[in-house]
Amino acid sequence: MTIDTTFSEQAAAPAAGPPAVVDLAGVGFSFSAGTGLHDLDLAVPAGSITVLVGPNGAGKTTALRVVTGALVPHVGTARVFGSDPGGRDGEDVRRRCGVVAAKPALYDRLTGRDNLRFAAELFGLGRDAPIEAAAARFGIDRSLDLRVSGYSTGMKTRLALARAVLHGPDLLLLDEPTSGLDPESSHAVLGLVREMAAGGTTVVMSTHLLLEAEGLADQVVMMEDGTDILAGATDELIHRFWPRPSVRFGAVDAAGLDVLAGLDGVVAYARDAGGANVDLDDLARVPGLVAALTAAGVRLTQVTPHARSLEELYLRVRNR
Amino acid sequence: MRRGHRRMDRSRMWAVARNDLRQLGHSPDFWAPMLVLAALFFVIIPTFLLLTITNLGNVGTVKNVSAALDLLPQTAQHAIRGTTEADRTSYALAVYLFAPMAVIVPMTISTAVGANALVGEKEKGTGEFLAHSPASEREIYLGKLIASLVPGYLTTLIGFGCYSLAVNLIVGPHVGGWFFPTSAWWVLMLWVVPPFLAITLSVVLRLSARVKSAAAAQQASGLVTLPLIMISYAQSTGGLLGAGNAGLWVGLFAWVAAIFGLMRGARAVTRPRLLGVDSTFRPAQSP
Repeated sequence: MTIDTTFSEQAAAPAAGPPAVVDLAGVGFSFSAGTGLHDLDLAVPAGSITVLVGPNGAGKTTALRVVTGALVPHVGTARVFGSDPGGRDGEDVRRRCGVVAAKPALYDRLTGRDNLRFAAELFGLGRDAPIEAAAARFGIDRSLDLRVSGYSTGMKTRLALARAVLHGPDLLLLDEPTSGLDPESSHAVLGLVREMAAGGTTVVMSTHLLLEAEGLADQVVMMEDGTDILAGATDELIHRFWPRPSVRFGAVDAAGLDVLAGLDGVVAYARDAGGANVDLDDLARVPGLVAALTAAGVRLTQVTPHARSLEELYLRVRNR
Repeated sequence: MRRGHRRMDRSRMWAVARNDLRQLGHSPDFWAPMLVLAALFFVIIPTFLLLTITNLGNVGTVKNVSAALDLLPQTAQHAIRGTTEADRTSYALAVYLFAPMAVIVPMTISTAVGANALVGEKEKGTGEFLAHSPASEREIYLGKLIASLVPGYLTTLIGFGCYSLAVNLIVGPHVGGWFFPTSAWWVLMLWVVPPFLAITLSVVLRLSARVKSAAAAQQASGLVTLPLIMISYAQSTGGLLGAGNAGLWVGLFAWVAAIFGLMRGARAVTRPRLLGVDSTFRPAQSP
């Protein structure tokens, strides 16, 4: 794994766990116009949900394409289910993968049923393909015989999901599956992803939406310029960057909170318009701090633990 | 990294072909003009010309055309049936003049379908689905080839049936009964046209895999296939007019060229191209 040198001392050693379904090591891939991936390491444990986050052009889509062998790395090694997806065993790897691309990649002139039937044929499911069941699972069974050109964006995503899981894949790859969806559809899609993972499917998903990544991911991989800059469970990553407990104080006159900066146990103090975030050496300090503020005449309106978000972490890493 | 090759799965090849044909079936804006083209070449123009000639009698125009028959090879002249100049002219037109249409129609239709076959997947984004599927590049290529070949060849066979019926009904009564197709026409339709079609498609599919848009594929295919159409036009006509086994030899050479072209063409289909990814490996430069 290529951890950015700024944070290398904070990087945790990979924890021993289930064997990696996806194992990319030092992967590089060049487009004619420039570098797509550079020294990318990615290990995805079986049965987990891994979310790739990063700005446009970070290499998330290219990484997913390398996983199925659709693109073969120019340098480094890619192993998926223990096989090389770009080599002779690529067909076996792809047979075990279900992919939802950033664009749904559906045949617009055909019906939903025709699209699913084509997928069933390519994956060798024969006439017993569970087309109706897959469509029903994603709530599009009533629209199966309509042309896809008449589907809404949400329906197209659901159809793409139904197609991706039709053959019961062991690895589900989702490239920004909630992009362009309304909140209700996004919620439904994420619920289905959770359901798949609970059923033992390994999921790798890319997204721009950090909030959805935070609630979903067992592992977050931050990417930038074609490489991974940080990887781990959200809580673990946040703890790595902010090891001290943090408390949010609010007051009628926020300026009065400046007293906190000089009190024992306060490691970091940052005031904004509505209040102040205070990093402490121990959460047990809070009652003492509240007493000191009250004694100083500060009228408190809020004292709550401040949970750092993935978004804060992302911005800190990106703006370092 | 070198890619390995596995045994081809024909069911996936047929699945790709069926999927393309299904899409074509749902696109009347595409196939309707093709049907018009076939009807024009196989039925409307020949019927109009032959009806005109058989009803004109031995007038000057027919005599002039009849005189031109003397330019045909001896074998061809001997094969012409009919007693009057009008009858002989009608027979010659039916058997020799319209031969090229049997080549032009399928080539035009298949070129139009084939040009869109691979670049269309790229343009619509559906290439992504194929690239991530278990189908091999060869299965995808052959599926696309079948889907491009079938509409053109099928239209031609049906058109040929209609043409046969028309000339036999119009000219047959004047030359002693049903005479068409002649043996040379059977050779042309079953032995010469298919390989020429395959050669054309091997070029068109390669172009379709490489270009960036369907419009570019159509333009490039039109330019590239024009000489091929002219060659096949000339060879088909020669096969019909030539003596003995000329058609068989033309077909044989065409098959060899077609097999070579198709084998080369299969290499043009790659997963990066289906994804629309322009990838060139450039090793890192040493400082």
